Amino acid sequence: MDALEIARWQFGITTVYHFMMVPLTIGLGLVVAVMQTVWFRTGKVEYLRMTKFWGKLFLINFIMGVATGIVQEFQFGMAWSEYSRFVGDVFGAPLAMEALLAFFVESTFLGLWIFGWKLLRPGLHLAALWCAVIGSAVSAYFIIVANSWMQHPVGVTVVNGHPVMTDAWAVFTNNTALVAVPHTLLGALGVAGAFLLGISWYHLWQRRRDGIDTVEEDGRVIAGENPGLPGRDRTDHRVWLRSLRIGAVVAMISFAGTAVTGDIQGKLMFVQQPMKMAAAEAACHDGTSFSVLSVGDVGSKDCSNVAALIEIPGLLSFLAKGDFTTDVKGVNSLQDQYKKAYGTNLPNNPIYGDRAGEPIQYVPVMEVTYWGFRMMIGFGGLAALAAAVALYLTRKGTVPQARWLMRLAVVGILAPFGANAAGWIFTEMGRQPFVVAPNPSLAGSVDQVFMFTAAAVSPGVSAGEILTSLIVLSSIYAVLMVVEVRLLWRYTRGGVASAMPELAETHGDGDGKQSDDVLAFAY
Amino acid sequence: MSPSEFLPTVWFCAVSVLWIGYLFLEGFDLGVGMLMKLFARNDAERRVLLNTVGPVWDGNEVWLLTAGGATFAAFPRWYASLFSGLYLPLLLALVALIFRAVAFEYRGKIVSARWTRAWDWAIALGSAVAAFCVGAMLALTTTGLPLNANGDRVGGPFAWFTVHAVIGGLALVGFALVHALAFLALKTDGEIRRRAHAAFVRWMPLGILPLVAWVIDVQLHGSKWWSWALTVIAAGAALASWALARRGSEGRAFLLMAIFLATGAAAIFSAVFPVVLPSTLDPAYSLTVGTASSSAYTLGLMSVVALIGLPLVLAYQSWTYWVFRKRITVGSIPTAHNVIPAFLVRAVTGGSPEGRRRAAEE
Ligand code: HDD
Ligand code: HEM
Ligand code: HEM
Repeated sequence: MDALEIARWQFGITTVYHFMMVPLTIGLGLVVAVMQTVWFRTGKVEYLRMTKFWGKLFLINFIMGVATGIVQEFQFGMAWSEYSRFVGDVFGAPLAMEALLAFFVESTFLGLWIFGWKLLRPGLHLAALWCAVIGSAVSAYFIIVANSWMQHPVGVTVVNGHPVMTDAWAVFTNNTALVAVPHTLLGALGVAGAFLLGISWYHLWQRRRDGIDTVEEDGRVIAGENPGLPGRDRTDHRVWLRSLRIGAVVAMISFAGTAVTGDIQGKLMFVQQPMKMAAAEAACHDGTSFSVLSVGDVGSKDCSNVAALIEIPGLLSFLAKGDFTTDVKGVNSLQDQYKKAYGTNLPNNPIYGDRAGEPIQYVPVMEVTYWGFRMMIGFGGLAALAAAVALYLTRKGTVPQARWLMRLAVVGILAPFGANAAGWIFTEMGRQPFVVAPNPSLAGSVDQVFMFTAAAVSPGVSAGEILTSLIVLSSIYAVLMVVEVRLLWRYTRGGVASAMPELAETHGDGDGKQSDDVLAFAY
Repeated sequence: MSPSEFLPTVWFCAVSVLWIGYLFLEGFDLGVGMLMKLFARNDAERRVLLNTVGPVWDGNEVWLLTAGGATFAAFPRWYASLFSGLYLPLLLALVALIFRAVAFEYRGKIVSARWTRAWDWAIALGSAVAAFCVGAMLALTTTGLPLNANGDRVGGPFAWFTVHAVIGGLALVGFALVHALAFLALKTDGEIRRRAHAAFVRWMPLGILPLVAWVIDVQLHGSKWWSWALTVIAAGAALASWALARRGSEGRAFLLMAIFLATGAAAIFSAVFPVVLPSTLDPAYSLTVGTASSSAYTLGLMSVVALIGLPLVLAYQSWTYWVFRKRITVGSIPTAHNVIPAFLVRAVTGGSPEGRRRAAEE
């Protein structure tokens, strides 16, 4: 493998990893803020407990998002210096704004929230959390503006071969970004929904198993308590039931929302990156049908042996255009079109290293785009379906006794994570061989901007260096993933009392009154 | 001057300000991290140290991200050449920052001596390594790297490892250590406060020595009358800080450390101006404010954003320090709270035999 391939693996691994933490931070942060708001408005003690418990898990996850995010910020310069030189005039701005306008807000106000439980007035304390949550959403906006510019470059002219920003408004209101932001934020909510649902299910199940909650003959649920155990009281039952139902509703809203926004994205993609759309379908020939399942060698470049098993006539056309009759161009005709517009071979320029002069492969890896697209939708849909079933099963006030159902609910937490990862991998790999995809509406104009991934890597950095960092970072990430999951699991099993030691001490409802001298939530 | 000449200079100043903000703020929390092993005598003291920076360290770290991001936006070629040229030291810095960040949050999440000790090392080593690498990076951007015409490093992965890099690395480590002692004297009370103050008085001259060496190193490469003037102010501030500390004035000593840092760093940046990253191979390859910068349009946009954003950041970060202004003592730290593992819970409820067995073992 050469530097380019290693750098691509590294970028893929580190961003996908970063995006394991990110959606949970965004989604759970919002949910916790809403919970604290309800507590603030109504004073209902179960909402305080929910805030503290889910807040604790939120923090355990948040810090990993911070730690892995720093790598992302540096990586463009370290491994992709040619890319940074080429796009810096446009691409650096949203990155800098993200740090200045979002990261400062997130980190500072979260510090205030963690340590401010007793120091700040309740309203101010709540406001601090809201600031942090809004900061996360703003950060998502800026980074996706940067990413969308790579998918669909706008607002620039070309000076000395480099894109130079001429219209900031166009860059910051890129239509690609305006739908990708809500799509991503809604996808993040899905993660939070399944997380709430799975963990609450586990607790309700445990309370039944331990005989704390019982179900009468007529189906009535009697919530009980175990005085010997901190936190296992009647309020505890309400905590988990509420959380479960909130989680289920959030997961369903998330899927509905991603479907609506995703549909718009599909229509944009049809115009902006037609090859990605065709590759998402593994569609070699022009047509209108959406394949639900294809067999054969999806990745074969000539599609000679791909056969669609299940097809929905007209759906592809609907996804792309909104009607049932527009032919969506297949890979074969697009390839000729791309060759004509962007060349058949990489230019003989030293920037391409050994790859200079090689033929360009305009079709992305179709196994990835085809299955990535279906996994994104499939996992999301699965989670939403499961959430609907969960709402039905818990309508009387607790979960069924079956252990396998509980296991399913816990494992189900992974589904939206999978959907998010698949979505990004599809979006990013579907853009290949470009790192900055050409904007077709500028085709042939002097302002046409694009960059092949092959030209983006740092020329001065050796393959050995990048391999070192790939190995070092992946091993650290693997270890930290184990640590994080075990910590989350430990706090989950401890229940609310793990986030509210006062429950153990006073057996009260734990309004958290402690001497003012003691730091709340201290390290 | 036209905007296309004037704005890059403004942004050079802005990036310098961001770096100074970073060095000043994260300076003491990196130092506090190292002092976890060098200064604190027991777990209670370590927790006091941690909690002095607990609410603010993450916000401080964002100054680094902003300095990096602003460099990318305003001087893409500087960002690209510096970060790719220093691939390995930056990787090391990243690893250190990852462990450090996670350690802050996870250290107290399980009460166990082994767990805590491991994360204490992560904080102390992470802080030391991060300080060293960032210091080395800043020193090299002022003294130069072997760059070719395209701005790429030649000479292999370790071409950056020079005496300048070591001086810069030690400069930040040394400064962070004594800066943190001054900070602790302000933020704690009782025994720790006394000891921190005494240690500051004792070690301050030694701690700032490498930083002074770096300032002079840069001046000798090229300087202007105003960079020398700044150097003199910095020296005066350092002396005054030390003298005041000896007389027991903690607050003013800390303030003068800040002035020392700001003027010292300003002396360094102004001495190299308008070069942002010298090439040691051929001065013609050096990146300058003019050749490395973004277009006037982008810089203008970023100026507007910075003019709105930076004062806001300063306002709410200052407010945060004010909210947490109270001195911390060993007595303010709540007892460690261990999460009740589920198998204990089960044992009490008469759950599985396995639970009872494991509970008995605990
Ligand atoms: C859709 C959202 C999203 C996406 C696509 C990314 N991030 Fe991220 N990032 C966040 C959303 C986010 C966040 C939710 O705002 C985080 C997670 C935890 C946190 O502290 O903020 C974060 C943290 C975070 C941090 C640490 C901030 C701190 O110290 O507080 C940095 C430096 C980055 N990110 C940088 C990046 C870069 C350079 C990315 C592109 C490759 C990237 N992130 C992708
Ligand atoms: C957090 C969500 C993201 C994920 C999961 C993700 C995933 C990936 C993956 C899997 C690749 C490798 C593709 C390949 O090599 O074929 C990649 C490449 C890349 N992505 Fe992303 N990405 C994300 C966000 C972003 C953002 C927000 C940006 C820019 C602001 C970005 C910029 C890049 C760059 C520069 C490359 C390297 C060039 C390349 O290999 O295509 N990515 N990303
Ligand atoms: C019917 C449902 C969905 C449709 C039609 C859909 C459609 C799309 C499309 C077309 C893209 C690619 C955009 C581009 O490359 O230009 C995309 C990206 C993405 N999708 Fe979905 N999606 C759906 C559901 C989901 C779900 C349930 C999740 C997560 C829970 C999700 C997460 C993502 C992510 C993270 C990306 C990459 C970022 C972005 O481009 O916005 N999607 N989706």
